[in-house]
Amino acid sequence: MEECLNIASSIEALSALESVTEMYPFFYRPSHLTLHGPWGLSSTEKYYKQTERLWDRWRVSTVNSDYSVCPSYPHAVIVPREVDDEKLVQSARFRQGGRFPVLSYCHHRNGMVIMRSSQPLTGANRKRCKEDELLLQAVIDGSLLGYIIDLRSTQQAQQARMTGGGFESKSCYSHWKRIHRHHERGKVLQESLIKLVEACSDPSHSVDRWLSKLENSKWLSHVHSALSTAGLVVECVERDGHSVLVHGSEGTDSTLLVSSLAQLILDPASRTLTGFLGLLERDWIQAGHPFQQRCAHSAYSHARLKQECPSFLLLLDCVWQVWRQFPLALEFSEALLLRLAQEVYASNYGTFLCNNEQERCAAGVKENTHCLFQSLLSPDIEEQYLNPLYEPTDLAIWPSVHPQSLQLWTGLFLRWTEYAQNMEEAREEVWSIVKEHRERAGPDRTNNTPSTHCDTLTPFENLMDELTIL
Amino acid sequence: MEHIRTPKVEQVKLLDRFNNKSVTGTLHLTATHLIFVESNSASAQEIWILHHHIASVEKLSLTTSGCPLLIQCRNFRVVHFVIPRERDCHDIYSSLLRLLRPVSYDELYAFSYNPKQNDQQREEGWQLIDLAAEFERMGVPCDQWQMTDVNREYKVCKTYPRDLYVPITASKPIIVGSSKFRSKGRFPVLTYFYQEKKAAVCRCSQPLSGFSARCLEDEHMLQAISKANHNSRYIYVMDTRPKLNALANRAAGKGYENEDNYSNIRFQFVGIENIHVMRGSLQKLLEVVGTRSLSMPDYLVGLENSGWLRHIKAIMDAAIFLAKAVTVEGASVLVHCSDGWDRTAQVCALGSLLMDPNYRTIKGFMVLIEKDWISFGHKFADRCDQLYTEPKEVSPIFTQFLECVWQLTEQFPQAFEFSEWFLIQIHEHIHSCQFGNFLGNSQRQREDLQLKERTYSLWAHLLSEKQLYLNPLYSPSFAESHPVLEPSTQAYHFKFWRNMYHQYDRSMHPRQSILKQVLTLKESNRELEATVQALKTKLQKFGVSTSPLKPKTPPTERSLPPRPQSLILGAPLLSRKEVQQDEDEEVFGEEALEDPPASTGGERTVEGSSATENGYGDLPGSFGPKNEPTVVTLEFGVARMTC
Repeated sequence: MEECLNIASSIEALSALESVTEMYPFFYRPSHLTLHGPWGLSSTEKYYKQTERLWDRWRVSTVNSDYSVCPSYPHAVIVPREVDDEKLVQSARFRQGGRFPVLSYCHHRNGMVIMRSSQPLTGANRKRCKEDELLLQAVIDGSLLGYIIDLRSTQQAQQARMTGGGFESKSCYSHWKRIHRHHERGKVLQESLIKLVEACSDPSHSVDRWLSKLENSKWLSHVHSALSTAGLVVECVERDGHSVLVHGSEGTDSTLLVSSLAQLILDPASRTLTGFLGLLERDWIQAGHPFQQRCAHSAYSHARLKQECPSFLLLLDCVWQVWRQFPLALEFSEALLLRLAQEVYASNYGTFLCNNEQERCAAGVKENTHCLFQSLLSPDIEEQYLNPLYEPTDLAIWPSVHPQSLQLWTGLFLRWTEYAQNMEEAREEVWSIVKEHRERAGPDRTNNTPSTHCDTLTPFENLMDELTIL
Repeated sequence: MEHIRTPKVEQVKLLDRFNNKSVTGTLHLTATHLIFVESNSASAQEIWILHHHIASVEKLSLTTSGCPLLIQCRNFRVVHFVIPRERDCHDIYSSLLRLLRPVSYDELYAFSYNPKQNDQQREEGWQLIDLAAEFERMGVPCDQWQMTDVNREYKVCKTYPRDLYVPITASKPIIVGSSKFRSKGRFPVLTYFYQEKKAAVCRCSQPLSGFSARCLEDEHMLQAISKANHNSRYIYVMDTRPKLNALANRAAGKGYENEDNYSNIRFQFVGIENIHVMRGSLQKLLEVVGTRSLSMPDYLVGLENSGWLRHIKAIMDAAIFLAKAVTVEGASVLVHCSDGWDRTAQVCALGSLLMDPNYRTIKGFMVLIEKDWISFGHKFADRCDQLYTEPKEVSPIFTQFLECVWQLTEQFPQAFEFSEWFLIQIHEHIHSCQFGNFLGNSQRQREDLQLKERTYSLWAHLLSEKQLYLNPLYSPSFAESHPVLEPSTQAYHFKFWRNMYHQYDRSMHPRQSILKQVLTLKESNRELEATVQALKTKLQKFGVSTSPLKPKTPPTERSLPPRPQSLILGAPLLSRKEVQQDEDEEVFGEEALEDPPASTGGERTVEGSSATENGYGDLPGSFGPKNEPTVVTLEFGVARMTC
């Protein structure tokens, strides 16, 4: 009995380590990897260099190089060229946690951008910040309109003013139109996940009880609202040709969720394996999603931690829904999403450690751990995460958000059920058919198919032509 | 034709069910179809609706833009027209009311449908399915089971087929006696024989036992069934009704078997609800999923309240019980409900499908339907409302069976030779009345109608386009390793069948289809293989030795991380052209109306995916006319007309 208790308390202590540097990634030393390999896929500077369409109007600012302007931002961010660092510092003071508006994505077709930030600190007496207004003005630069997608309901945004937060009022940001979309965060999401996992783990439910528990968990409702809002952002950028600023209150959870989902829908580059991992690195890891706080214990924890929240899991679920509807458009497979869902909670790698770049630097993560993304992309491992049916398309992939089109991600939530085996075999069958085809048809033929696919689906100019005819 | 007052109305608007889109076009009313042709020649979608498919027509109150006409179809299509002039609308409305419910069989489409085949082809079509051969395949007749001619003239039971299989020891007097003790004379007969254990699946209707009546012949009959199987000392009697219903029936002089009177039976209720409950349940389901801008909670609550998936599970549970009793215990099972043509058919057919891989092939599935549904007298005419019938008789019993099969295809992606589009296509035709197979309520009635002489067989038609219904993942070796399917019945495996109930709501479909893609790949593999073979023979002709050009490496074992979700999804692999190829090309210059091949050319999003279609909530100040991609109609199997 005593031994049992000892073991239990040891497990408890070991599974809830306080200090980052005592965690397993710091001791994980597989023989085939050396610590001195490249860590991470890219950086803000590299991304900027590779993205030529940014050069004209945007610049890399290192105002945050010592993390003093915004502790949760990376050392370098992309901002409008005409806004100098001094203005950025002012704007950062006006935003919660210093998260001033920075560029998240620039659309390859029309140069419109998705920005993200945290809420402005207008407070009850409607404070203003000239520099913040100028910064946003510089974002739309000459065009008449931009959209602010506020991820809180109008009421919540109003209430936030009481605690020092707030929203961009029409009178101060005259060229920006605000749209409110309510998103649950933090505790509510975590409870939702707990309820869902609970419902999934009891096989004795009748159909009615299962459906009612599924409804009660509200998880699919969260998936639904995340996808709808991402769709809305894409609608603004792609169809209406306007820039968008996304923020909630802190700008570290739903903000990242919506902006990264929108990119997946918009940008063919982010649908490749490398591109998707790059997106996660940019928009989640470097952008300061507090992984350590959010993903400490997942659904089964007794200690209900205040900071725990499955935002990232929700992202993976949404990506899965997109894949379900566009099974040919993503280069990676469900397996990658499952692997990430696992790694984010318990990992041999240092990628998801700490809450932001500043902490990672302090803990020496880059020097002392291995990088998950690098390892996923190594040639012998990469293959198992590829989608055999991948056919790149240049277009936006708008998912349907009818409740009938969304489904429970059984691959994740029911991964331990027996029928997974059948699915696995079916998946292998697909692979073997594809392989056979590649072998027979040779590389030329397989490469041809996607390009014809793209040719028929014409880009934006055509649309404009049609509009003028009308 | 005398019912059609206005054959053509122009400037009719077709509204989308789930968003604010609409298209304008011309509405044509013909003797067999209602046809809508979009006027925009660039996209020119066409919608063909067979009158038999229309379940209800409703004239809604007049609006400023015209008179709305709401048409609901049995294949779950819902179309909403707005007709500019009220008089036209009324004409169409009253014509449809008359046309959608024929009063005599001769008015059904099947009797005028002519796919340009000669008599011989038609006969061959009807000979495709041979039930005697099917029983032979099962190993019947054998030393314990024989065919009886007692129902040759349909004298003993009007709703059974002529050829019936009974235990050798059941003499004619026993059969006749037993039939008098069973509702509608439907005495116990063999429907499936599990050769490996010599166990039989038999079916019948409820006994007329009332509170205490018994019948020695009927007891003998069950004894004979039991004796015919040496593997087990007892037989199961499955009453597929809820116990309460069976008890209530006793008051009407019907009821269930008293275990004390029958030796060695194990009696079991399985609790599938009756046709009225099922009809109500489907109605609720359709109401829920037809709601505009449905929220996720409302959807899930509605799904739960409809009880539809609960009923599907009940049927599945019963079938699994049956399959286990037969394959594991080796016991024979007698299945009945009230009349033995609804729930009994569901359970027997689904149970056989679980036990016998043959029924999971395209041809085998046809045989199964022909045997357990058509020949044993499932009342298709009444249940599917083919002629004007009591609304109380209509019920989606066969639809439920198809859905159960679909749920299985989701759990076992490799077990079935056909894809869900095969099931959906069959469902289409139980209502279309285009082919003779499902007309009428019993074999006898079908003979009276001379269907084999006057109509065509659906099975021949489906086989001719088999390519469209193949499941590319089907693996015969899976059947060898899993002769008996053991599906999980945990609640979360029962899913809403979107492609059935929203077949025509394109905005809900996945935008790309794995199924289609893999089929194409497989087809292309086959072609390439053929080319290789052809080249090889050519080489041989020239006397070149043919060492294999490319050593065919077997697909390497991959260590794939687990669990993809269902791979069976997506739109049917069917361009409308293909449908038309073997159909008639007449009908007011159909060629000209056909989708131009470039119909996808102007699209800027993938296969009809677009923002407005998805209704993310329109932007308050969004600019400009919304340019929508053309929608390619899913004219899947809607019968083409030949006047």
